[in-house]
Amino acid sequence: MTHHSPDPEDLLRQVEAGERYEARGSFKVFLGYASGVGKSARMFDEARRRKERGEDVVVGATQPVISHEVQELLQKLEVVPLKTLDEMQVMDVELILKRHPQVCVVDGLAFHNHPRSYHMARWQDVEELLEAGISILASINLQYIDEYKEKVEKITGKHVVDAVPLEFLKSAGEIEVVDVPPGMTFQHAGEIPEDAAAQQQKLAKLREMALLLTADIVDHQLELYMQRHGVEQLWGTQERILVYVKAGVDARQMIESGHRNAERFRGELYVVNVRQREPSSRVNSVLQDNLHFARTIGAQIETLEEEDWTAAVLRFAHEHRITQIFVHHSRNERWIERIFGSGIDRLIQAAEGIDVRVFPQ
Amino acid sequence: MSESGGRGHLKLLLGYAAGVGKTYRTLDEAQKLKQQGVDVVIGYFEPHSRQATIEMTQGLEMVPRRKVLYRGSQFEEMDTAAILRRRPQVCVVDEFAHTNVPGSERTKRWEDVRVLLDNGIDVLTNMNVQHLESLNDAVWQVSGVRVRETVPDWVVKEADEVVMVDLPPQALLNRLRRGVVYPQEKAMQALENFFKEPTLVTLRELALRQTAHEVDVRHEPPKDAGGASSPRLHSQPGSSGGKRESPDRLLIHVTTDPSTAALIRRGKRMADFLDAECFAVFVNTASGLHSLPADERQTVERHLNFARNLQIETRILEGEDVAGTLVSFARRQGITQIFLVRTRQRNLPALFGRNLVQQIVWLARDMQVTIVAEHRRP
Repeated sequence: MTHHSPDPEDLLRQVEAGERYEARGSFKVFLGYASGVGKSARMFDEARRRKERGEDVVVGATQPVISHEVQELLQKLEVVPLKTLDEMQVMDVELILKRHPQVCVVDGLAFHNHPRSYHMARWQDVEELLEAGISILASINLQYIDEYKEKVEKITGKHVVDAVPLEFLKSAGEIEVVDVPPGMTFQHAGEIPEDAAAQQQKLAKLREMALLLTADIVDHQLELYMQRHGVEQLWGTQERILVYVKAGVDARQMIESGHRNAERFRGELYVVNVRQREPSSRVNSVLQDNLHFARTIGAQIETLEEEDWTAAVLRFAHEHRITQIFVHHSRNERWIERIFGSGIDRLIQAAEGIDVRVFPQ
Repeated sequence: MSESGGRGHLKLLLGYAAGVGKTYRTLDEAQKLKQQGVDVVIGYFEPHSRQATIEMTQGLEMVPRRKVLYRGSQFEEMDTAAILRRRPQVCVVDEFAHTNVPGSERTKRWEDVRVLLDNGIDVLTNMNVQHLESLNDAVWQVSGVRVRETVPDWVVKEADEVVMVDLPPQALLNRLRRGVVYPQEKAMQALENFFKEPTLVTLRELALRQTAHEVDVRHEPPKDAGGASSPRLHSQPGSSGGKRESPDRLLIHVTTDPSTAALIRRGKRMADFLDAECFAVFVNTASGLHSLPADERQTVERHLNFARNLQIETRILEGEDVAGTLVSFARRQGITQIFLVRTRQRNLPALFGRNLVQQIVWLARDMQVTIVAEHRRP
């Protein structure tokens, strides 16, 4: 971490981040990858422990079906009953606001409300409670996150209507992933029937998604923390690959390689070029081919405006916490490079904390 | 399970710091297995005088530890021989990364665990992500702590299942302040050193990503064509059943440079993720290792040994021209990527001769050359 000379914009962001941090109630989410992994029990158990330590805890909402384990925990907690509107049960926000506990437990964050309710969905009720300074413990399954709905449906074949925006979950100060592998722990290969094996594979895919989503949210929190404290992070916990595309050079193989790396590491891929002054039509068409290919594989594309490509690439790399830079070899050295060193030499020397991979051209 | 005669199964619970609840969760699982009628014993358990954890051992059989005398003090280690005699179905082994006291039969606890597995006993164990060999440099950079007790990645790969024991850092810090994790005085020290919020957040992210990767490689459908996909759920360790065809072959250039260990870790992690073969090569400019100065020879041997422990194939080449010898070996072996450390030498204009990195980059124009970053503490 290094300390910066303060930039007014950064300072403002810091102050804002600090204020947001203090006024709201704190928000903790238990994330499961499928139903039945025990996230509700984990949440209510935490509520019980907090109550035993003297925090003022109430249960604001439960799910229609309650497991035996959860039932036992609920008996040790104060429950604000759900409100019934036309046979539909919704969280009684008014009553909770009046009761104003320190902590409110909300199971089933994605449930929708009655048309006559003030908010359309339960997560919006939660937002209101948070704004009122009440801390929230909530639980949700991966499939009820808006941005993940489709992906999960592709795996499970189950369609889900209610969903919570990811942005809202990212606002949680704490997120805990409930990672319990499915099925029996110890089984010998021969004992798993074919369909059960396929089922396990699906669940494993969901597990991986939940773990990676949590990692992304944690990463986001780290950034916020760094903003609040005015420090810059110099290390990368996630692989972030920058492919520098030089003018007039076919970079398809290098971009492909960057893509494969990013895929394997579940990392990010940036394809970066530096704007040319008056490029020839050939140079331009090669560049367009490169960028088109980069786009089709889902890379993030960036055009930098700077004379000195090494300086531009390095600055971008540090800003985006890049861990690997991919560049092409220079085919022919010009005499000036022979004497003063090429751009690649300079890049290698200056790329502190970043791997540089030089590709054949 | 032993009646089937196969190797035991290994389940590893992965955390990111002391106090996240690894031991508790391990014992909880053991209790559940016992309720299901499984014959489970505790082979090793570290109480850390945590009450809730100690209570979790109630009703579970404990195999007494072995007492070891070392330099006049008495230590207690897991009694592997006694567990083998007892032959349970499942054995709980706390702290997978532990180093045994000198004079023990095996150096590392994970080696003891492998013996249990070889004898058909299933093992439930746990460790923190910072003990994973390939993350050693990243962890040092994040925390300032150079973790000495490491577990090679291939050992973790042998586990049938890796599970994340998660706890948000704020909750962990609260536990620490309440004195649940360590006694008050030690807790205060910990808060000032290792247990800083950004450090914990970063380690947690590393653990989440590592677990996701472990889930991915274990449950991925095979890449080869054909309809029926059988998951590699319980592929036998060491079998190449799950090995994806990789076009990559990596070569790591071993030198006396102190950052070589970091280079080897980085190269190996890259090779593992790409399913690529990996070599570590030293080019000796003198004839024969014995003609090197003693300290240099020791350094090189240490580096090559380190590579071998990570299951990397090592070679020593002879040649006066380091870059030329290395690159022509790489070409003969069909290497696609060379991994190097950045030379400390100043970048000289080519007129005055190129430094080693420049020479290798220049000669190996038909391959990818990766110059691995030197990691410094910010």
